[in-house]
Amino acid sequence: MESIKPSGIKSIATSQRAQILIVIGAFMAYPFFASDYFIDIAFFFGIYALLGLSLNIVLGEVGLFDLGHAGFYAIGAYTTAILNTKFGIPILVLLPISALAAALFAYIVCSPVIHLQGDYLLIVTLGMGEIVRLALINNPFDLTGGPNGVFGIDFPSLGGGLFIDSSIEFYYLIWIIVALSILGLIRLQNSRIGRAWNYIREDETAASANGVDVKNYKLLAFVLGAALAGVAGNVYASKLMCVSPESFTFWESCLMFCIVLIGGMGSIPGVLIGAAFISLFPEIFRPFAMYRMLVFGSAMMLMMMFRPGGFWPRKRGAVEFRSILGAPGRDDG
Amino acid sequence: MHVILEQLINGLTIGSFYALIALGYSMVYGVLKLINFAHGDFFTLGSYLGYTVLVFGSALITSHFGLWGGLIVAMTVAAVSLAAVGLIVERLAYRPVYPAGRLPAVVSALGASIFLQNTIMVIWGPRFQAYPSKLIPNVHLQLGDIHITLLQILILLMSFILMGSLYFIVQKTTFGAAIRATALDRDTASLMGININKVIFFVFTLGPALGAMTGIMVGMYYRQISFTMGWNYGLKAFTASVLGGIGNIPGAMLGGLILGVLEMLGAAYISAAWKDVFVFLILILVLIFRPTGILGEKLAEKV
Amino acid sequence: MADPKARSQADIVLETKRLTKIFGGLTAVNHVDLRVHKGEILSLIGPNGAGKTTVFNVVSGIYKPEVGNVFFNGRDITGHKPHQIVSYGVARTFQNIRLFPDMTCLENIMAGQHCRGKAGLFSSIFRTSGQRREETRIQEVAASRLHQVKLWKFHDDLAKNIAYGSQRMLEIARALASDPDLLVLDEPSSGLNPRETENLMEFLTGLIETDDVTILLIEHDMNVVMGISDWVVVMDEGRKIAEGRPEEIYTNQRVIEAYLGKDDEEEEAAYAATVEH
Repeated sequence: MESIKPSGIKSIATSQRAQILIVIGAFMAYPFFASDYFIDIAFFFGIYALLGLSLNIVLGEVGLFDLGHAGFYAIGAYTTAILNTKFGIPILVLLPISALAAALFAYIVCSPVIHLQGDYLLIVTLGMGEIVRLALINNPFDLTGGPNGVFGIDFPSLGGGLFIDSSIEFYYLIWIIVALSILGLIRLQNSRIGRAWNYIREDETAASANGVDVKNYKLLAFVLGAALAGVAGNVYASKLMCVSPESFTFWESCLMFCIVLIGGMGSIPGVLIGAAFISLFPEIFRPFAMYRMLVFGSAMMLMMMFRPGGFWPRKRGAVEFRSILGAPGRDDG
Repeated sequence: MHVILEQLINGLTIGSFYALIALGYSMVYGVLKLINFAHGDFFTLGSYLGYTVLVFGSALITSHFGLWGGLIVAMTVAAVSLAAVGLIVERLAYRPVYPAGRLPAVVSALGASIFLQNTIMVIWGPRFQAYPSKLIPNVHLQLGDIHITLLQILILLMSFILMGSLYFIVQKTTFGAAIRATALDRDTASLMGININKVIFFVFTLGPALGAMTGIMVGMYYRQISFTMGWNYGLKAFTASVLGGIGNIPGAMLGGLILGVLEMLGAAYISAAWKDVFVFLILILVLIFRPTGILGEKLAEKV
Repeated sequence: MADPKARSQADIVLETKRLTKIFGGLTAVNHVDLRVHKGEILSLIGPNGAGKTTVFNVVSGIYKPEVGNVFFNGRDITGHKPHQIVSYGVARTFQNIRLFPDMTCLENIMAGQHCRGKAGLFSSIFRTSGQRREETRIQEVAASRLHQVKLWKFHDDLAKNIAYGSQRMLEIARALASDPDLLVLDEPSSGLNPRETENLMEFLTGLIETDDVTILLIEHDMNVVMGISDWVVVMDEGRKIAEGRPEEIYTNQRVIEAYLGKDDEEEEAAYAATVEH
């Protein structure tokens, strides 16, 4: 008789553990070998990674077509921008506040439409994203500064006159946030919540008939995804010191969508690859000047032809990373 | 009162642009369940091709065919070229990814859109281009209190002829029945002997051709075109097709006209700056209470 | 349980009263009264389009009835949501197997335990000790159910990759993983070969003994119905037309008419109408 122990807690091979440590090491060492310009590129890679992770919850884990994710990103960024410039609240204090604001916004706007299926949800989220952007342009209550946006946002203060203000410091800030998010998200993937999300993606009726409260879990995905996008907005706003509506267009939502699909739905390593592609590709091809976006578009088409499931689809069964990231210390035999 | 009527005519004018573009989205969606994000760029490309014919070919063409002839030549060139482009995009960007499901096709469609948009930019440059101004005599008509231009009449006339013919093909002919059957249930349609490839050919030639002609009308109406305009029109037109019931061809026409009228009435009575917000809010409300759009039919899932 | 006297004295697990479901103009289920007693296997039979699956969908909360009530263990559960009804102890399978195709067999079964867990966002992110204990329990229940249907060897395979007969059993195991009082099976033997059907019958009768469960099933295979049912309810055109012990039903004139008077394959149109709402 085989062991009754489930495989979920299988310990992963040492070689994989080593690979992960090497990747982390490379990320930590990178700024010491790169110019500020390339550190900034890696910073934006981090922003897109965080945005990709946030949309991946909604699109990748639950399979909800959200083409208005830039709206949540915008809410986070503008919350930070407005509260910082008008009331002088420190950026790092605004980090959780921006996440909450975006999450609350998602909860309010998604609740009435959460029952919509597939493409209908897509068009509604798209409409919401556009409403947010148009509202920002229209400068309601003189808060958002219209098309020019909000200027003069502070750098994050660490207290005692220390500020996160250089490229290196911002690089570490965003990647620490990304790393913590990944840690949390991997744990969620291997939890009751993550599985419930996947059940919904696979078959909503069956999920419901097996005890999953479909509406609540969908909303939870939107709220959590929006919160992470809000965090990305906070960091983005303080890095650029200004925000304007043109950073939060439908196009940004499309890019996030592509990040998730290029990497592979529901795959965290995939999101990193997708984000790298979206943020690094245009930089690498900068010498081609006006032709680079041509190449970019073609590359997207080619990739979907040859890797339709994404570059690094989520592997099921053998659970990724699990034992490193705090699986219970059990004797698994 | 005359403000309403004038806004109604303005609304119908831009509404017919949306409707004609929306048809392209809706036909492709009906047959392939694919949101063809490149469709807005078909429209832009058509507009630029028409611009080139009208500006650079004007001396040659108008001297042979006269003003109206020039316009017809421009329309034909743009429509035929875009029908070809539509087919090529379908072959190269969509057909290879169909088997993998719908989501990869979305990315591929976005890729095709970026590609087309930047091709236009590389060829015609990143700046605005202006349509020739004296194309249609700038005649204003005064009907009682209502003020309308010859160009508007022309655009409305043309749009309604185009929509009418498409409506006729789709609703009254055998081939149209095949298209509707395919939109309803592709597998069954195929089993009933409908040639799906022929239907795909039809929607990927006619949709872009209609888009291209709309592009020229928009160029004449607003006089200014840019390589990114496909996004905005595409977004509105897609919205229109969902409003009317995506996949449903009369629905796309109705959705486009309603969207245009709402937009103009919103601009007149609410605020010009908030008109688009108003339009999207209406869309969301419609979808909350009638998730299939105005003319769409609900498909139930077999449990 | 074959003794009808014993039946009438056992507790009623599930009861429907005047259950009615209307789709558009079509009354798919018409004033159906159903009583399922504890520990029995009750088969719901009838020609295609009789409204059997609709009864299941109303019982499991997917549809809301226009008239009538559903009682489970004495409690009125009419109109409750499917996920609530599972948590009360009613688990079901589907006619056209609905697994989670791109997840492993083990993950599929863990779905059954979802309603028995309560770990939330924060306990999952911070891996609290309670959450870890719960995860272990979920995995252990799932593993033992997978052993029970003899599919443990596929635990790491994707559900879509296992054989059809195994998928049927996997779906039953998933329903069992919620530790239900009542198991509602929609045509469990459909698509199975004779040998698999034999195993299924053995499995289901065994379940009554080992798992203290009651079974309500829709079945077309008369060998299965006659072989394992304690009680049979016959439906036709949305109405209950007969009920009784299998041998009684076998000779019931109305039942024979209902079956012979209808073309079995003719159901699609009627069925399509029932789902179009």
